[in-house]
Amino acid sequence: MAISFLLDGETITIDHVDPTATVLDYVRYTLRRTGTKEGCAEGDCGACTVLMGEADGTGGVAWRALNACILFLPMLHGKALLTVESLKRDGELNPLQQTMADNGSSQCGFCTPGFVMSLQGRAIGALGSALPAADVIAGNLCRCTGYGPILDAAEQVPTLPDETLPSAQALAALAKEPASGTWQGRQWFAPRTVEALVQLLADHPDARLVAGATDVGLWVTKALRQLETVIFLSDVAELRELSETDEGLTIGAGVRWAEAHEAMARLHPDLGELVRRFAALQIRSAATVGGNIANGSPIGDGPPALIALGATLTLRSQEGARSMPLEDFFLDYGKQDRHPGEFVESIFVPRPGPDAAIHMSKLSRRLDSDISAVCGAIALAVRDGTITTARIAFGGMAATPKRATHCEAALSGAPFSAETFEAAAQALSEDFDPLTDVRGSRAYRLEAASNVLRRMWLAQQGTAISVLDCEAIHG
Amino acid sequence: MAERDPGWNVLEKPAKPHDSAALHVSGEARYADDLPEPRDLLHLAFGLSTEARARIVDMDLAEVRAFDGVVAVYTAADIPGVNDVSPMAHDDPLLADGEVIYHGQAVFLVAATSRDAARRAARLGRIEYEPITPLLSLDQAREAGSEIEPVQRMVRGDAASALADAPHRLEGRVAMGGQDHFYLEGQVSIATPLEDGQIHLVSSTQHPSEVQHLVAHMLGLVSADVTIEVRRMGGAFGGKETQAALFAAACALVAAKTGRPAKFRCDRDDDMVLTGKRHEFEIGYDVGFDEEGRIVGLDLALASRCGASVDLSPAINDRAMFHADNCYYLPDVVIVSERLKTNTVSATAFRGFGGPQGMLAIERIIDDIAASLGRDPIEVRIANLYGDEGRDVTPYEMQVTDNIAPDMIARLRETARYDERARKIAQFNETSPVLKRGIALTPVKFGISFTSTHLNQAGALVHLYADGSIQLNHGGTEMGQGVYVKVAQVVADVFAVPLSQVRITATRTDKVPNTSATAASSGADLNGMAAHRAAMTIRERLVQFLAEEFSCDAGEILFTPDGVHVGSEMLTLGEAARRAHIGQISLSATGYYATPDIAYDRVAHKGRPFYYFAYGAAVSEVVVDTLTGEHKVLAVDILHDVGRSLNPAIDRGQIEGGFVQGQGWLTTEELVWDDKGRLLTHSPATYKIPTASDRPKRLTIDLWDGENVQPTINRSKAVGEPPFMLAISVFSAIGRAIAAIQPDSRAYPPLEAPATPEKILAAIAGHRSS
Repeated sequence: MAISFLLDGETITIDHVDPTATVLDYVRYTLRRTGTKEGCAEGDCGACTVLMGEADGTGGVAWRALNACILFLPMLHGKALLTVESLKRDGELNPLQQTMADNGSSQCGFCTPGFVMSLQGRAIGALGSALPAADVIAGNLCRCTGYGPILDAAEQVPTLPDETLPSAQALAALAKEPASGTWQGRQWFAPRTVEALVQLLADHPDARLVAGATDVGLWVTKALRQLETVIFLSDVAELRELSETDEGLTIGAGVRWAEAHEAMARLHPDLGELVRRFAALQIRSAATVGGNIANGSPIGDGPPALIALGATLTLRSQEGARSMPLEDFFLDYGKQDRHPGEFVESIFVPRPGPDAAIHMSKLSRRLDSDISAVCGAIALAVRDGTITTARIAFGGMAATPKRATHCEAALSGAPFSAETFEAAAQALSEDFDPLTDVRGSRAYRLEAASNVLRRMWLAQQGTAISVLDCEAIHG
Repeated sequence: MAERDPGWNVLEKPAKPHDSAALHVSGEARYADDLPEPRDLLHLAFGLSTEARARIVDMDLAEVRAFDGVVAVYTAADIPGVNDVSPMAHDDPLLADGEVIYHGQAVFLVAATSRDAARRAARLGRIEYEPITPLLSLDQAREAGSEIEPVQRMVRGDAASALADAPHRLEGRVAMGGQDHFYLEGQVSIATPLEDGQIHLVSSTQHPSEVQHLVAHMLGLVSADVTIEVRRMGGAFGGKETQAALFAAACALVAAKTGRPAKFRCDRDDDMVLTGKRHEFEIGYDVGFDEEGRIVGLDLALASRCGASVDLSPAINDRAMFHADNCYYLPDVVIVSERLKTNTVSATAFRGFGGPQGMLAIERIIDDIAASLGRDPIEVRIANLYGDEGRDVTPYEMQVTDNIAPDMIARLRETARYDERARKIAQFNETSPVLKRGIALTPVKFGISFTSTHLNQAGALVHLYADGSIQLNHGGTEMGQGVYVKVAQVVADVFAVPLSQVRITATRTDKVPNTSATAASSGADLNGMAAHRAAMTIRERLVQFLAEEFSCDAGEILFTPDGVHVGSEMLTLGEAARRAHIGQISLSATGYYATPDIAYDRVAHKGRPFYYFAYGAAVSEVVVDTLTGEHKVLAVDILHDVGRSLNPAIDRGQIEGGFVQGQGWLTTEELVWDDKGRLLTHSPATYKIPTASDRPKRLTIDLWDGENVQPTINRSKAVGEPPFMLAISVFSAIGRAIAAIQPDSRAYPPLEAPATPEKILAAIAGHRSS
């Protein structure tokens, strides 16, 4: 069947949909809107940034800045799309565009439409727009300007509610039915309820589940893989629920990282900071908490923190639901404890107690929008000067996100002291035998990971440990 | 004349943004892939080598040919003319012929009806290789005697004796990595076959003339049969000087053989694997100096990894030698430069063109000397600056006549409050066990001109239409640096018309022939002067015509913003042009310029390779986490010399952009190859250029208020490359921050570039054990 979406108020219907055609190619080569650029086709440069609006469930429209290069066409069904061409009206640049043009914000200009769309998202209150400008554009690479004139322009443009944007009613009218289709013999589905999803998975237990497509997108654009049956998860309403209670957070598997950011920051500021540095805004606005777990990557930034906090994972299938400690889900490299016909439904993260001492560190070559060489999370309970429990997990150190059991043993029951942390730091070498790869050598990973323990102790003593908290010395 | 034409008031006008700014922000600026696609267009992809060095035993391309949508598959045997896309040495085949010399080299070419089909089919080639042990590292190449040209020496005086007699002496080494250009627009070209064997190419290239000549040779045509057009590039930075030819030639081959238009838009990962990068260097030094840190003798060894072919490596390594002095007088000196040939993608031009590597060498030497004497490095820098007679000649025997570095350093030291901050940083470091700060001031002196003297020429073509509108064309290509707007400003000023009256047109080889690459920061200098001459030719014709027509003196004819004064009459430029046209006066002219006064003897490495120097200085403050190796650049103050700026807004953009790009080279941008010669960092997921938050939160840029001592266009100075090297201050500051872990040590931390967290931790460990 067809999919329909709104582009500048006009309904666009596509009758036969290739489920892994990208929105970028469709916009550029079918709609001939060539302002949206391909810089990398892997979600790392932001030159293809577009804005997508969807009904937020409470009568409004929620906008997100997304990388069109790894957004699949079916994900547009029932949504509104804005490209850079949407902004100029009656031959006039919009205020953001005008400010950027006057401010020398472009040199070669190739990345510019992507920056315009990220900052336009900020102007209309898209997901993540409360972040500082530098965070909003962390996923937009510019090789010419050095960013100053772009950041300056961003600060000059106020929030601009745009009354011409489509309403939730218009979107609801657009796509009354969930989309599905067949393309060259391959089936795809975009269910809207857990019930429908359960049934589809029972019928197609080997179907490829696609949530934000920030990982699977690259299988298509880079590995040129052909996906057989595909089930798109982004419209399954129940999976998008996030509930915050005194006990903790229950995060639907389809909740995007940017949507969970504030609630996670309330669990602990280190978790908030980790989420801020999780890829960049366009990716966090697409990638889901469940997807980051389900793909089983050893370098995903979510699992170590969630394991340390004691998260529980719930999976569901026709057989019903089952839950497990998150760490048990990761069996081996590329192998997770997910049965055929099963999907990740939700994650529960308990709220840290008053006696918790928590520290999280993401170490990467670049501070923003990079993949971790090492990502460490430490959650201790400390009572009367003694560490009563210790949960420590690392990413980048093994074939899966993994708990550091020797390190935990060195801490549990021991006094909360420098000596204990030093012993724990040294115990890490018994827990991990990391690889040397493009992101770091074995020796670096071991040293840096053990220093995460030492930094935690120093931070607990009030020592400044983060370069991000430093300001220049004024003479 | 160009020197100080009274009609020019560029500096008095408000700084103009980029001529395409409105099109950039609206998405309407067209890049090659944005042009409407012609009917029957074919899309191309290369089959890439999976070996770094091997003999090709057999190629089975049957599956490639059978793939749905594939129209043609070509190998070296299908090339009608010369199988070469190299700039000078004829050693870069379009398609591998019998052997492969680096991993990822183009082996065969697929043309298909869709991009997807071409790319999928390109992965189906079955090629049988007989591998040969590749030479990957500098050491392996050196041991095998593998070099792209013999070792070069630049010698003055007797370094050995000076070293033997020196009061102090130090030896050291530093390695620095290469850099990927990461232009946001990847390599792209579109060929359209024309009648009678001619061909038209849109190419994202800095060097249309070279692409034209290579395509002609490759197809067995003459240059007049081939036209190259480029309106703009989405970034280039040197990466489209020689590297664009590969993709253009592939399109031309397909267009010529199939008679159909052909487009090659390279995938980002393939682009990073297939195209050259900045040269990786290893530096070794033996330096002698006095109590003040003043260098008395230097034996400097530069070794670079040039990759699998010559490309521009001779000139790039020469430029490294030319900049190993930076702003400092080196009395007795020998600079030895090894240019090693390896089985890695050929290293190529990149902003600075070897200059950054040479300059980083001498700045490290200065830092090392300062550490060994326990002095602030700024004092050692000042002690070594070029000076008056006796201390004003470079190792290649060019006299430094415009030495503003001492004054610039003094001013920046003051405005950036260097001394006060250095003191406060020392206090901070005493009480901060994990975080250590560092501050450094480093200067830049960069030689302006192509060192191959004959390249310093340019042409322009200006049309004045009878309605008063002006069309401008020249050999410079626009890659974001603003050469189009600068040259258009020059032409607008000649006629005293608003910039909007000058239509800037795409660079085309059929309008201005035999051009040099837009490179070496020379675009505005050369093309601005050529366009000025073209415009002046037309203006002089108008003056002569109007003087006769109105029976007045030529001196009574003035071009002003209000119009053309002719005696007591006033005409618009359109009216003047219309009258001249009716009077049968030609309103079209070419202009030509060649840089005067430069000459260089490459055999002896002596002469005057540069017309002038551009200067700058920067103070950077950084903080380093000594437990993780992370760092942050906290504040940067820049003072830079652009002479009498043609366009301060554009120049500031070049300075900031160059600085941040240099910061990337020295900090986050690490190229990693494996032991098979495969590039592992072939995507932005693994290769990390700076993001917005890497830009220092505090960044000030001041322009030096001088003018060029040479009569360049408006007495301006080139600005493309020099600011890149201001970022050496960041690297130097990181070194000092690391040194603060042992404030009493007289050793300098063994920090290598890029200063990734891993390299910083290694330098900390090395410093602790020194």
